[in-house]
Amino acid sequence: MTPLIDRARRSAPVASRIVAALFGGYALAALGSVAALALPMSKPQAVLTGMLASFAIYAGAVVWVFAARNALRAWAGLLAAAVPLAAAAWSVW
Amino acid sequence: MKTDNVMRDKAQRPAGRGIRQSMSGLHIWAGLLMGWILYAMFLTGTVSYFKDELSQWMRPELAHQAELPDPALVAQRIADELVASVPGSPQWSMRLPDARTNSVYAFWRTAPGGSGAEGGRRAFGEASFDPATGGKVTARDTLGGDFFYRFHFQFHYMPALWGRWIAGAAAMFMLVAIVSGVITHKKIFVDFFTFRGGKGQRSWLDAHNALSVFGLPFHFMITYTGLVTLMALYMPWGEQMAIRTQAERQQMTAELNAFIQPGKPSGQAVPLASVAEMVRHAQERWGHDNVGRVTATNPGDSTARVAVARGESGRVSMSPQYMLFEGTTGRLLETHESVGAAAETRGVLYALHLGRFSDGVTRWLYFLVSLMGTAMVGTGLVMWTVKRRQKLADPERPHIGFRIVERLNIASIAGLSVAMTAYLWGNRLLPAGMAERAAWEIHLFFAVWALTLVHAVLRPAKAAWIEQLWAAAALLALLPVLNAVTTDRPLWHSLGQGDWVFIGTDLMCWALAALHVVLALRTARHRPKLRAAPAKERGGVIGGAVEEGR
Repeated sequence: MTPLIDRARRSAPVASRIVAALFGGYALAALGSVAALALPMSKPQAVLTGMLASFAIYAGAVVWVFAARNALRAWAGLLAAAVPLAAAAWSVW
Repeated sequence: MKTDNVMRDKAQRPAGRGIRQSMSGLHIWAGLLMGWILYAMFLTGTVSYFKDELSQWMRPELAHQAELPDPALVAQRIADELVASVPGSPQWSMRLPDARTNSVYAFWRTAPGGSGAEGGRRAFGEASFDPATGGKVTARDTLGGDFFYRFHFQFHYMPALWGRWIAGAAAMFMLVAIVSGVITHKKIFVDFFTFRGGKGQRSWLDAHNALSVFGLPFHFMITYTGLVTLMALYMPWGEQMAIRTQAERQQMTAELNAFIQPGKPSGQAVPLASVAEMVRHAQERWGHDNVGRVTATNPGDSTARVAVARGESGRVSMSPQYMLFEGTTGRLLETHESVGAAAETRGVLYALHLGRFSDGVTRWLYFLVSLMGTAMVGTGLVMWTVKRRQKLADPERPHIGFRIVERLNIASIAGLSVAMTAYLWGNRLLPAGMAERAAWEIHLFFAVWALTLVHAVLRPAKAAWIEQLWAAAALLALLPVLNAVTTDRPLWHSLGQGDWVFIGTDLMCWALAALHVVLALRTARHRPKLRAAPAKERGGVIGGAVEEGR
């Protein structure tokens, strides 16, 4: 194996986590902000609640991604969190 | 509690990396990558707590305002001026003077089809007015303290939207750095009382910890609320999905701000009723000096509306509270005084970030703790190099990554002090009649900042630190002298007048100069400890920058 490929192989997990944190985290936060629309309150309040909470979701997701034991678990955790949020978001689609 | 979790985590996975180590890595890299931007945002943001005072200082032609003019009369005066100078404007808005401002800032939409409105796009104008005469202020052309304020969330030389996205990304990194920093740091409160001075890296770590822990609630608050101020930009998805009709959009806007939107003008000209009367009405409800903003839509038309908003003192919230008047008759249509729970939460968070509700003492506290936050970012950046210098294979020839961080640190920390002070020097030295003067003050700021980077690259690192810190100290110390020479408001004059904006600025310059002198002397005295003997690993958490895959 050439050193370059070897290096790519070794840095793939961390690259995967960075992508999971930056984009996966944002996607989860965005999904959360939409899921908030399912809350029993008026539309503007629900919209604002979603926005307000989204940054906490994002930060939590990033911390999770780097705390998880490996990159696969990091992604799996994000997906697991996304399922109920997606269900809530679906209900108001 | 956190410690317990950490312990359990460690017990469960003896082979894997502990959570504190992974959080340490996250803290270090999130902090480093955005550290320089964050430092600049923190410092310019800190200064922005005194942006009104700084703006006054930068317009020395405007006399010290010994007592507050009657807001109702001022509102009428400026309204008359706006009606005359921007006829046909669909909307204008003014911020009434308060104890911190001696001019009235107003902005307006230019009349559709009129000059300045290009291709149907909405165009805006803005100006500052003299509350005493109603005329545009004839002070030197400057953005004043607003430059630092705007820079701290949208930077410069780029579309404001890009800047805001960059600021948002930086704030998000900051939030992650704060959370991961807390997790990393298990003995957070014990270490707060530990300071081991003169011990190189340990001292930097202790300083970083003390600054971070003491201000932790503030740093967390300021970062989260910073994101909240622009959350509709960063997280528009819920709004896009739920808010679709015009009515919903209006309902949403009413929850967020006191800017009433102009309806369709009738084309029938009817002059505005007395704006002073409307302001008096609001004063009765909120207090004589607690009327913040007067906004008019379609003034001069039969459909005119005037909104008089409550001032910012006396409540920690930016949620809209205003009285809406019929423009042609002055009849009160509606008093808008409450919003929904989420909107109020957002209003409170917004207000906490801006701190405009503060009285003098609170404002100084804001300034000092925010300065600590700046120092937290700065010490964190410096620690990255201090930590790694000990491990360099050849300290005389560090690797390129180390050199980049080292030099960027110098220019972004010491260099920023030089550049910000240079901006104030430019304000006093650039000729008054210069074309694009306000823009040139800003160009000067960036030119000096760029020069500090060049200097930092060309000089040995330690010499560059010391020279730039001395340069900042000298510029700061001499600024009151420059002010005395170039304006008729030297310190002895301001003292006689009780003009605390000018007194405060002069004294603050000297205090900051002293701070830079101390930093310069300490840097000069510092002897970096190179790894002589295999140093005992002290279980330094920060040492745990284990990269994945190694």
